[in-house]
Amino acid sequence: MTEITIDARGMLCPLPIIELAKAAVDARTGDELTVECTDAAARVDVPAWARMTGNEFVGETETDGGAFALTVRLR
Amino acid sequence: MSAPRTYLDSGGSAPLSPRTIDALNAGFAEGWADPDRLSTESRRARSLLEGSRQAIADAVGARAEDIHFVPSGVAAIERLVAGIWTARRGRSDVVVSAIERDAVIHAASFIAGAPPREVPVDSLGHVNLDALAQELIDPGVAIAAIQHANHELGTVQDLVAVHAVTSQRGVPLIVDATSSIGHIAAPEAWDALAMNPADWGGPSGIGVIALRPHTRWLPAWPEGDDWAPGGVSVPLALAAAVALQERLENANAEATRQAELIDRVRERMAAVPGVDVVGDPESRLPHVVTFSCLYVGGEALLSRLDQEGFAVGSGSACTTSTLEPSRVLGAVGSLTHGNVRLALHPGITSDDIERFLAAVTSAIEDLRQQAGAPPID
Repeated sequence: MTEITIDARGMLCPLPIIELAKAAVDARTGDELTVECTDAAARVDVPAWARMTGNEFVGETETDGGAFALTVRLR
Repeated sequence: MSAPRTYLDSGGSAPLSPRTIDALNAGFAEGWADPDRLSTESRRARSLLEGSRQAIADAVGARAEDIHFVPSGVAAIERLVAGIWTARRGRSDVVVSAIERDAVIHAASFIAGAPPREVPVDSLGHVNLDALAQELIDPGVAIAAIQHANHELGTVQDLVAVHAVTSQRGVPLIVDATSSIGHIAAPEAWDALAMNPADWGGPSGIGVIALRPHTRWLPAWPEGDDWAPGGVSVPLALAAAVALQERLENANAEATRQAELIDRVRERMAAVPGVDVVGDPESRLPHVVTFSCLYVGGEALLSRLDQEGFAVGSGSACTTSTLEPSRVLGAVGSLTHGNVRLALHPGITSDDIERFLAAVTSAIEDLRQQAGAPPID
């Protein structure tokens, strides 16, 4: 299992989700992808992306400086 | 040559029919006088206003004296929340569903001095009745506000069940019916109702309140017992009533026709990869649908569709004045970007919908390609 972090801070939707999807292309089943972002819409859109693409949303943590870290596990 | 226009954004702002425009003109010609004065001209205006009130009362199953005109649908919501809350002295909390309009949330926060308590909804947008009952156990609850139908999802609430819960606790139920009246049968279970004529093809600049005889309220504004300080526009009230009557004359056939068009949109968009079609597919408004498209910006999609002649709405953050995504989409866990909201009016044809579906699917494909989005399995 590999943990991959995507820095999408400062990007507005749908860019954080596009970056997440691009990173998922090269990742493997079981890998955990964490998107760091500042756009509040991503807090809804990352779980929705996981549901629509058959992956698993792991959870959300707040990072320093008011950004959100949203993690999904690939299936 | 510019593209022909197809207006698919009628929620809260539908085009006026020729009959409604005639009523508006007649209202200005005959009903310009102040209906509260004693002259012959004023009596004529008053009689037009009373006829309009009666027509709307009949349409929603209320008494004419319990129908009040206000300056907009939003004002109807605000006045009801403030007026009924004020009559519940000693109680302060407001309970709402998680998918109420911003006007409900803002009015509740303003009058109560704190944000309302939100009752969650399921993924289709139906209020969790157990959670509602739980919230209402607290004797500090002043009022509950639950909408009849959602303006984005189209989902229609089971108000009979909702009202059974609120009335058991003695809490007045304010129902926002600003998206449903004129489209589906008026609800029967409520203590106060807010309506928006512009949504059913009436003019903008007027809202309507209906009360039950038992519903208590107190003015939360300086003009005492008057719901519409400064008076009511008789021409707008008349045109609102005529527009509603026109809609109701053909309501069942039109609802069936529009529901078929929306079914087609739901089915065809659900077949596009990475598209999330939201709301209850069965218990819904006949004319409303919302869907969201992965990897597509809402603003880019709206601009592209507008250039091709289609006016649509959106709840995506980049399309709103606050740059916040729609609370409704968040509450049901739907994707918020690439969001498109359609609200049909009676002039929309099957051919319009076919042209829209062709335009939107090719726009989604192009915008995904431009963004360098990966393919969707």
